[in-house]
Amino acid sequence: MKAELEKRLVTGPDGVEFEVDPLRDYYCDALPEVQRPAYLRIVEDLFNWARAESIWILGFGTGCGAIEMRPLMTPRFDAYRYGIQWRPTPRQANLFVISGYLSVKTLKRVIRSYEQMQNPKYVVGLGSCTLNGGMYFDSYNTIKRLDQYLPVDLYITGCMPRPEALLAGFLELKKLIRAGKAEGANQYAANFAWYKANQKQVIHDWDMPDYNW
Amino acid sequence: MPSNADPMSLAGVHARLQALFPLGDLAPRRAGLAFVDLPATCAPPALSHLRDREGFGHLVLLTAVDWLEEELFQLTYLVCNREARLDLGLRVRIPREPARMESIHDIWPTAATYQRELREMFGIDFPGSPRLDEAFILEDWRDIPPYRRDFDTLRFARENFAERPGRETWDPASHMRQRLYPEANPGMDPSVPGDRS
Amino acid sequence: MSFDWMRIPWSLVTLFIVFNYGLLLNALIAKIAARVGRRHGIPLWQNYVDLIKNYGQRTTISHGVHFYLGPVFRLTGGIGLLLFVPTLYGSAYFANLSFAGDLILALYFVFFGTLGMALGAGESGHPYAALGVSRGLSQVTAAELPFALAVFAVALQYQTLSVTEIVAAQQGGIHHWTLFTNPLAVAAAMLSFLGSMMRPPFDLVLAPQEIPIGPPTEYHSSYLALLQTNRAIFPIAKVVIYMNLFFGGATNWPVFFLKVFLITMVSVVVGVVSPRFRVEQSIRWFLIWAVPIGILAILWV
Repeated sequence: MKAELEKRLVTGPDGVEFEVDPLRDYYCDALPEVQRPAYLRIVEDLFNWARAESIWILGFGTGCGAIEMRPLMTPRFDAYRYGIQWRPTPRQANLFVISGYLSVKTLKRVIRSYEQMQNPKYVVGLGSCTLNGGMYFDSYNTIKRLDQYLPVDLYITGCMPRPEALLAGFLELKKLIRAGKAEGANQYAANFAWYKANQKQVIHDWDMPDYNW
Repeated sequence: MPSNADPMSLAGVHARLQALFPLGDLAPRRAGLAFVDLPATCAPPALSHLRDREGFGHLVLLTAVDWLEEELFQLTYLVCNREARLDLGLRVRIPREPARMESIHDIWPTAATYQRELREMFGIDFPGSPRLDEAFILEDWRDIPPYRRDFDTLRFARENFAERPGRETWDPASHMRQRLYPEANPGMDPSVPGDRS
Repeated sequence: MSFDWMRIPWSLVTLFIVFNYGLLLNALIAKIAARVGRRHGIPLWQNYVDLIKNYGQRTTISHGVHFYLGPVFRLTGGIGLLLFVPTLYGSAYFANLSFAGDLILALYFVFFGTLGMALGAGESGHPYAALGVSRGLSQVTAAELPFALAVFAVALQYQTLSVTEIVAAQQGGIHHWTLFTNPLAVAAAMLSFLGSMMRPPFDLVLAPQEIPIGPPTEYHSSYLALLQTNRAIFPIAKVVIYMNLFFGGATNWPVFFLKVFLITMVSVVVGVVSPRFRVEQSIRWFLIWAVPIGILAILWV
C-alpha cells in the first residue's frame, strides 16, 4: 500500500490533530445495489430509447484499440450523427469501451472508472484481446477474458476492428439497450462477490475499497 | 567506411577511447552506428568521457539482454553525438547472479528511468539510483522478473488469467501455405499449434 | 401596487419557449461547429434525448449539500436573469417580472450562477473542478468589467436603470439602437460577450481536452441534466439583456428568435475559428482591449 493511503495523524492549520484514514474518508464504500427499472413500462421504454440514442463513451483508451475510436469523431465516420459522444469523466459517461488488450495495471484503473459510472452503464469489449487474449494469449501482464472482471454487453471482434465495425457494434448495442437487455450494472451488483474475487485474483496491490464510487 | 585517420568518425572515437579503457574491437553496423564491448567497471567512466569530451550528449537507450546459457546479462548503453551524427553502443556483460551494475543516473538523470525498468523487468540492481524500487509498470509483482528467460510467460498466463475455452491457435506460416498452395503441401496439417507447450 | 397574478403563468410560458429555443439553438451551434469541421454533427433533437437520458439515470451520488445546490443556483441564475428582464418589449404577457431597477439585478444574476457553481464544484472535491472554477471566476470577473462599464454608459445615456425604459428609448427605427447611438459601449459589451459565452477563445473554464470539462467534472445524472437545462436558458437570457440594451429589443417572437440567433452567432463565429486563450492571456485581453473602450464609452456619454 502506498504511504499516502495509510492511516495517519494530521495536524491542521489550527493546530488540532486529527486522524485521516484515506480509504475510509476519501471513498464511499457502500456496495452497489441492483436498481429496479422505472415502475411504468412505458417510462422505462422511453428511458431505454433515450439511453440508446444518447450513448456517452468514457474517453479512456485502455489499449491500442483506442486509436480506432478517434476516427469515429472525424468527418469520415462522424459517430455524433448516431448520438454517440465522448465524455471526459466517468461520472457522465455510460459506455465504457475496453479498447483492446487490458493489462493488469490498467484493469485496476478500469475497475475504478467503471465503478464511478452511474447505473445503467454498458461495457463493450473491443478486439480479440478482450475476448480470448488475442495475440497476447501468453502475456505475463494482460487478462484474457474481460467478462471475468466486468459485465460485458457486447464484443466487437477483430484485431483491430475497423471504425466501421465499431459503428456497427454501437448500433447493435443500441438495439440491446432499447430491448432492455443491457443490464450490465445490475449484473455486476448481483454477482458482485464473484467479480470482486476474480479482480483480486489478478490485482495484487489492492489499495482501494471494494467498491469505489 | 571512413578511415581510421578521420577524427570525427566512430573509428577515431574508438581509437581515442582505447587509449584510456580496455575496449574490444569496434563492431560497425552501418555508417554512424557501431558497438563496442568493454568491462562493466569501465562503462561509467567511459560514458562520462564520451559525454564530456567526445560530444555524445544524448543517452538514446539503456537495455538488457538475458544470456541465460552463459549466466550473463548484457547491458547496452546507446549514446548519440547529434552534431556528428554518430551512435555508439557500449556493451557490458555482468553476471546474472547477483545482477548488479553501477548506476549512471549521475551522468544522465534520464538513465534512472531505464534503470527502474531494468530493475523491474530483469531484476538488475543499480544501487543508488533514484526511485529504483518503485513500481514501474508492474504493480506488486510476485514472481521472478518477467523478462528473464527462465520465466515461463505461457505457464504464468495460464495459471493467472482465466481463459475462454475453445480458442484455437494456428501457426500462421503453415496455415497460409496450406491455404494458398494446398496441392504443394498435401500432407501438411494446417492446424499446427503455435502454442509452445 | 397590485401584483398581476397572470404574470406568473405567462412567465412560465416564456421560460418554456426560451428553454426549447435554447436546446435547439445549442444543437444548431454544435451542428455549425461540426460543419466547420466538415462533419454532420449531432441531430437537432439530440439535446432533448441527452436530457431525458440524464434525468433517467438510475443512480446519483452526492458529495454534500453544496454539491446539490450548485446546479440549483446555476439554474436559478439562468431563470432569474431571464425573468427579471422583459423578454418582449411592449407585450403585456412577456414583460415578465421586470421592474424599475432591474438592470442592476440582472448584472448580479449574470454572476450568480458562477458563484453557485463555485460552491458546488468546490465541494465535489475534484481538482479539475476547483481549477475550472478558479479560472471561471477570474475570467468572468475580467469579462464583467467592460460589460458593467458599458451598462453604466447606457444607463447614463438614457438616465434610467430600467431595461424596459432603455428599450423604449430605442424604438422607432434602427438608427435609434444603442448600437448606433453609443457604439463604444456596444463594442465593449460585445467583447465582454465573447468572454461570457464559454466558447473559444474563452472556453478555458470547461477546457475540453485540457482540464476535462472543469467545474461539472463530478456532476452526473440529474445534476448534469439541471446544468444542461441551464445551458439552454442562461445564454439566451444573457443575449436577451444584450438585445434589450444594445439592439433595440424585440417586440414579437420571430424578431426575438432572429436577434438572439444573430447575437449568439457573433460568439459562435469567433469561437469556431479560434484556439483557446490561457487564463492570464484572456484577462489581459479584456483589460487591454475591452476595458478602455468601456471607459471611453462612459466618457463619451
